[in-house]
Amino acid sequence: MIEVKGLQKSFDDEHILRGIDFVFETGRTNLIIGQSGSGKSVLMKCMLGLFTPDEGTIEYDGKPYSTFSDEQKRELRQEMGMLFQGGALFDSMTVEENVMFPLRMFTNKKKKELKTRVDEVLERVNLVDSGRKYPAEISGGMQKRVAIARAIVNRPKYLFCDEPNSGLDPRTATVIDNLIHELTVEYDITTVVITHDMNSVLEIGENIAFLKDGVLAWKGDKSQIFKTEDETVTDFVYSSDLFKKVRDAQQQGL
Amino acid sequence: MRYLQSIGEYFLMLKGVFGRMTKRNVLKELIFKEIDELIIGSLGIVAFLSFFIGGVVALQTALNLNNPLIPKSLIAFAARQSIILEFSPTFISIIMAGKVGSFITSSIGSMRVTEQIDALEVMGINSLNYLIFPKIIAMFTYPFLIAISMFLGVMGAYTAAVMGGFVPADVFLQGLQEEFDPFHLFYAFFKTFLFAFILATIPSYYGYYMEGGSLEVGKASTTSFVWTSVVIIVTNYVVTQLLLS
Repeated sequence: MIEVKGLQKSFDDEHILRGIDFVFETGRTNLIIGQSGSGKSVLMKCMLGLFTPDEGTIEYDGKPYSTFSDEQKRELRQEMGMLFQGGALFDSMTVEENVMFPLRMFTNKKKKELKTRVDEVLERVNLVDSGRKYPAEISGGMQKRVAIARAIVNRPKYLFCDEPNSGLDPRTATVIDNLIHELTVEYDITTVVITHDMNSVLEIGENIAFLKDGVLAWKGDKSQIFKTEDETVTDFVYSSDLFKKVRDAQQQGL
Repeated sequence: MRYLQSIGEYFLMLKGVFGRMTKRNVLKELIFKEIDELIIGSLGIVAFLSFFIGGVVALQTALNLNNPLIPKSLIAFAARQSIILEFSPTFISIIMAGKVGSFITSSIGSMRVTEQIDALEVMGINSLNYLIFPKIIAMFTYPFLIAISMFLGVMGAYTAAVMGGFVPADVFLQGLQEEFDPFHLFYAFFKTFLFAFILATIPSYYGYYMEGGSLEVGKASTTSFVWTSVVIIVTNYVVTQLLLS
C-alpha cells in the first residue's frame, strides 16, 4: 500500500501538486486520471523517488519515504517495477536479456536459474517464442508485454505504469489492461496506472484518483465514475464522442 | 555563464560516474563490449588513415627536398617525428572524436530520448556509472590503437619513400633511428591517455544531458564533436608546452 499525504510539488513558481491525499491499495489496480498538465506524471515521479516533494509524505506500507536511508531507498527501488509509456526496452539487448536484466543486477542466482525465471515470466505474458528477438523486431503491443515482464520479473511489491496503452490499437490495449490487472491480483502488488484512456478506466479502474490542476478532484471506482454528477469529472469522462453517445442513448432509454 | 554551468555539470557527472559501482560481473561484460565497439571497431579506419597519411608525409617531404646538401635520411626522420609526435596521437584523436565521440553521444542520447536511462534510475542503478564508467575503462586501451597507428604510419612512409624510389631502404632506416628521443614516446602516450579520457567523457556528457527528441540527438552529436575536438587541441597545446618546451 502506498499512502500519499498532503503532497505538494512546485517547479519555480508553478504549483504542480497542491496537497494530494490518496491511498493506493495493495492487490488492486489504482488509476490516476486527468487532463494533460494536471500533475499525474509528477505525482508518479514523486512516488518513484525521482522527485522530492516540497511538502507532505509518501508512505510505503506505513513507512515514510523521508525517513529512509540511502540504502533503504535503493532497496525500495528494487521492489518497484515500472512500465514506461514507450516501453523503454534496452534496444541493444534481446527480449530475454531485457527481462533478465533486473535479475542480473540485483540477484546472485546462476544463469540457469535466471533463465528458468525469465522463461516463466515470458510464458506468463505469452511471449515464449520471442526471447531471442530484439525490441525493434517485435510489435508495439509485444514490446509493452516485454516491458511488463521486465517490470515483474523481480516480483516487485509496487508496479507503476505510465500510460501503458498509448500507441496501441483498442484490442491490444485491452489485452495489456487485463494483463496488468491479472498480475496485480496474482502477485498481490500495489499497481499505479496513469491513463487518459476511458476504456482502461472501464476495464480495470478499481480505485481511481482524478486530478485537476494539481488537486485531487474526485476519487472512486469504475462503477461510480460513470454515475457521478461532479461536473469536472463528467467533462473529462464524456469528452469522447463515443462515451457521450452511449450516455445520451441510455438517457433516451435506447 | 552557460559554459560555466556546463563545466560544472561535467564535473558533477564525473563525480557520479565514479560513485556507486555497478555489479562487477556486469561491469566486466560492459567493458569488453565497449572495447569491441570503440577500439576494435575503429581499427580499420585508423589503420587505413595512418598508412596513407604516413605515405603522404614521406612523399611531401621527398618532393620538397630539393637542396642536395640536405641528406635523404631526413625524409624518414621527418615522417617519424610528425607521426609519433602529432599525427597519431592528436589527429587520429580528432578523427576518433567524429567516429567514437558521435557514436557515444548518439547512443546515450537515444537512450535518454527513449526513457532507457530513466528505466535504469527507477531500478536503482547508478546510470552514470553503468553507461560511462565502462567507456572510460575501455578507452584506456586506446594507446594500443595509437601504437598501431604509429607503426602503420611509419610503414606507409617507408613504402612511399622506398618503393617510390625517393630514398634507398638503408638510408630510410638510418634516418628513422636518427636522434631518437624515447621521451617523445612518453610525451605521445601521456597525451594519448588524456585524449582517451576526453574522448570517453565529453561525448558522454552531451548524450547524457541532452533534452528533446531525435533531432536533438543529431545536434548533440555535432556539438559533442566540436567541443571534443576543441578540448583535444587545447590540451595538446598545454601538454606540449609543459613537456617539450
